[in-house]
Amino acid sequence: MSIAAVSSFVIWFVSATIRMATPLVLATIGETFAERAGILNLGIEGTMLMGALTGFLVTYFTKSLWLGVLMAAVVGLLFGLLMAFFAVTLGVNQHVSGLGITIFATGLAYYTYRAVIGSPTVPPSIKAFSTLKIPLLWKIPVLGPIFFNQYALTYIAFLLVPLSSYVIFKTTFGLSLRAVGENPESADAVGINVYKIRYISMIIAGTLMGVAGSFFTLCEFNMFLYNIVGGRGWVAIALVIFANWMPWKVLGGALFFGGIDVLGLRLQSSAIKIPYQIYLMLPYLFTIIVLILVARNASYPAALLKPYRRE
Amino acid sequence: MISLPKFKLEKRETPPFWFQVLMPLLAVVIALAISAIFLAIIGKNPFLAFYNMFMGALGNKFAITETLVKATPLILTGVAVAIAFKAKYWNIGAEGQLYAGALAATWLGIMHLPLPAVIYIPLEIAVGFIAGALWSLIAGYLKAKMQVDDVVTTLLMNFIMIYIVQAILNGPWRNPKTMYPSSVPIAKNANFPKIIPNSRVHTGILLSILAIFFMYFLIRKTKLGFEIKATGANPKAAHFLGINTVKTIIIVSIISGGIAGLAGVGEVCGVHYHLISGISPGYGYSGIVIAMLGGLNTIGVLLAALYFAVVINGAQIMSVNMHIPIFISDVIQGITLLVMLAMLLFFEYRIRRVK
Repeated sequence: MSIAAVSSFVIWFVSATIRMATPLVLATIGETFAERAGILNLGIEGTMLMGALTGFLVTYFTKSLWLGVLMAAVVGLLFGLLMAFFAVTLGVNQHVSGLGITIFATGLAYYTYRAVIGSPTVPPSIKAFSTLKIPLLWKIPVLGPIFFNQYALTYIAFLLVPLSSYVIFKTTFGLSLRAVGENPESADAVGINVYKIRYISMIIAGTLMGVAGSFFTLCEFNMFLYNIVGGRGWVAIALVIFANWMPWKVLGGALFFGGIDVLGLRLQSSAIKIPYQIYLMLPYLFTIIVLILVARNASYPAALLKPYRRE
Repeated sequence: MISLPKFKLEKRETPPFWFQVLMPLLAVVIALAISAIFLAIIGKNPFLAFYNMFMGALGNKFAITETLVKATPLILTGVAVAIAFKAKYWNIGAEGQLYAGALAATWLGIMHLPLPAVIYIPLEIAVGFIAGALWSLIAGYLKAKMQVDDVVTTLLMNFIMIYIVQAILNGPWRNPKTMYPSSVPIAKNANFPKIIPNSRVHTGILLSILAIFFMYFLIRKTKLGFEIKATGANPKAAHFLGINTVKTIIIVSIISGGIAGLAGVGEVCGVHYHLISGISPGYGYSGIVIAMLGGLNTIGVLLAALYFAVVINGAQIMSVNMHIPIFISDVIQGITLLVMLAMLLFFEYRIRRVK
C-alpha cells in the first residue's frame, strides 16, 4: 500500500470511529448522570429507540432535522421522567422498572412507526444531516478531515464531555448530585432535596438518551429500521462501569467501541470469508470482556439501586 | 388556614392473602385501560380491538389450541426468570438461552441419528437444557465469582447468541431449498408428538407443566429452595447462616438457563421442525413480565403465562382483523409490567393519613 492509501485509510478509520462513538458518548454521559444520582436507568435502550423514531418521524413530516433532534430530546426527557416516577417517587425495583420501560418504549416505537408509516416494501427516507465543516480548521491536513468534518451532533456530544465533567465535579449541583448518589440521608440532613436532584438528573439522562437515539436516524442512517439501536443502550450501561462514572473516561470507552463497530463494518465488506455476524457480535463480546476486567475495581455509587424514603 | 391532609407510607406486617390474587388482576385491567389509549389514538375502537384479541385467542377450539402453543414456551421462560429473580440473579438472558437450546436441539436433530423417538426426544431435551444452562452459567459464574454485573452480561449475550444462530443459518446449516435462512428439517424421530389432534399443541406443554411442578417443589420443599430465597432476600444474612451464596447463584444460573433452553427445544422439535432466526418473538423478554406479574410465585407464573399467551396470540388476530400493528402486544406487556410494579408498592406498604 502506498503512503497516500495508508493515510487515507487512517483518516477514514479515525473519523468513522469518532462518528460511531457519538451515540455512545451521549447515552453514556446520560446514564452517568442517572447513576451518579443513584438510579440505574435500564430504560436506556427503549428511550434511545423512541428518540430514533421521534427524530425520524418529526423530520419526515416537517423536513426540519433540528426539530427532529429537539423532539427526540423532549421524548427522551419524558421517558426519563417516567423512570424517575418509578425509581424516585414510587421507589420500586430499578432493574425491573427500567426493563419495563424498555419493553414498553420498544413496543411503542415499532407500533407508532407501523401505525404512521405502515410497512411499505421500500422504507421512506429523509435527507439526513450532512457533516459540518468547521471553517479553516477542516483544511488542516489529516487532523482537519478527522476532527473538523463531523456531524453537528458529534461536536455537541464531545463538547458535553468536559461540560458534564465540570457540572459533576465543580458545581453545587454536581456536589448535590454526588451526595444524593452516595448518601441520600446525609444529603437530606444538610438540606439537599434528594427527590428534586434525582428528578433533574433523570431529566438530563433521558434527554441525552433521546438525542443519542436520534443520531441513528438523522445522521448514521436516513431511515428508521428494525433494531436500529441494536443494544447500544446496553453497551452504554457497561461503558458507565468501564468509565468508573467519570465523564472523561467515557470518551476512551466510547471511542474504543466506536472503533470496533467501524472495524466490524470494514471487515464485513472485505474479502475474508467469515460470516459478517461474527463482526456484528464483536462489540457485545468486547463489552463483556471489558466488564470482566474492570468489575473488581468498579466503585459503584453507594446509593445506586436504593430508593430513598424520608422518614 | 386550610391544611391539606398528609399521607405517609407505612410498611405492612403481612399483606393480606386476597391482595396477592386481586392485585395482578387489577394490574391487568389497568394496563389494558392504558393500552386502550394507544389504540384510540390511532383511531381504533379499543373495545372492539380487545374483543378481537380475546376472541382470537379463546373464541373457538382452534384459537385455544394456538394459545396453548404460545403458552408452552412462555411458561418455561416465566419459570426460568422467576427462579433466577428469586435469588436476585438478574437473568435478562432467557431469550439468548432459548436460542442456545434451539441451536443445540437443531444440531442433534439434523444429524438424523438412527434412534427411536423414545431415545431421540429425551436426548433433544437434554442437549437443549445443557446448552441453555451453559450459556446462562457464563453470566452466573461471572456474577458469583467476579462481581460482573449480570444484567449487562445476560442482555449482551442475547445479541451474541442471536448473531451466532444467524451466522450458522447463513453458513454451514443453510438449507439450499428455502428462500429465507433456515436449517434443513430435523429428524422425524426427534419431533415432539402432537397431543391434541388437528392442532399444533405438542408434548412440549408437558415439559412446561413439569417445570411448574419442579419450581413449586424446588422453592417450597428443598434445602436449595430455601438457600435461593435466602440469597435473594439478603446475601449477607444468607452467608451468615452458612449458605454458600456463590454456589447458590451458580446453581440457579444453571437451572434458570436450562429451563429457558427447553423453550427453544420445544419451538424447534414441537412447532417448526427446523431452525429459523426468528424462532422467538421475544419469549425470553416476555418471561420477565410473566415472572413479575406472577409475583415470582408458581401458580402466579402459570396464570400470567397463560394470560400473555392470550395477549400474544390474540394480538395476531386483532392485528389481521383490524389492521392494528402487532407491536401492541409488546406495548401491553410493558405497561402491564410497569403497572404491576407500581402496585407492588401497595403490597408492601399501606397509605396512612397523617394528622
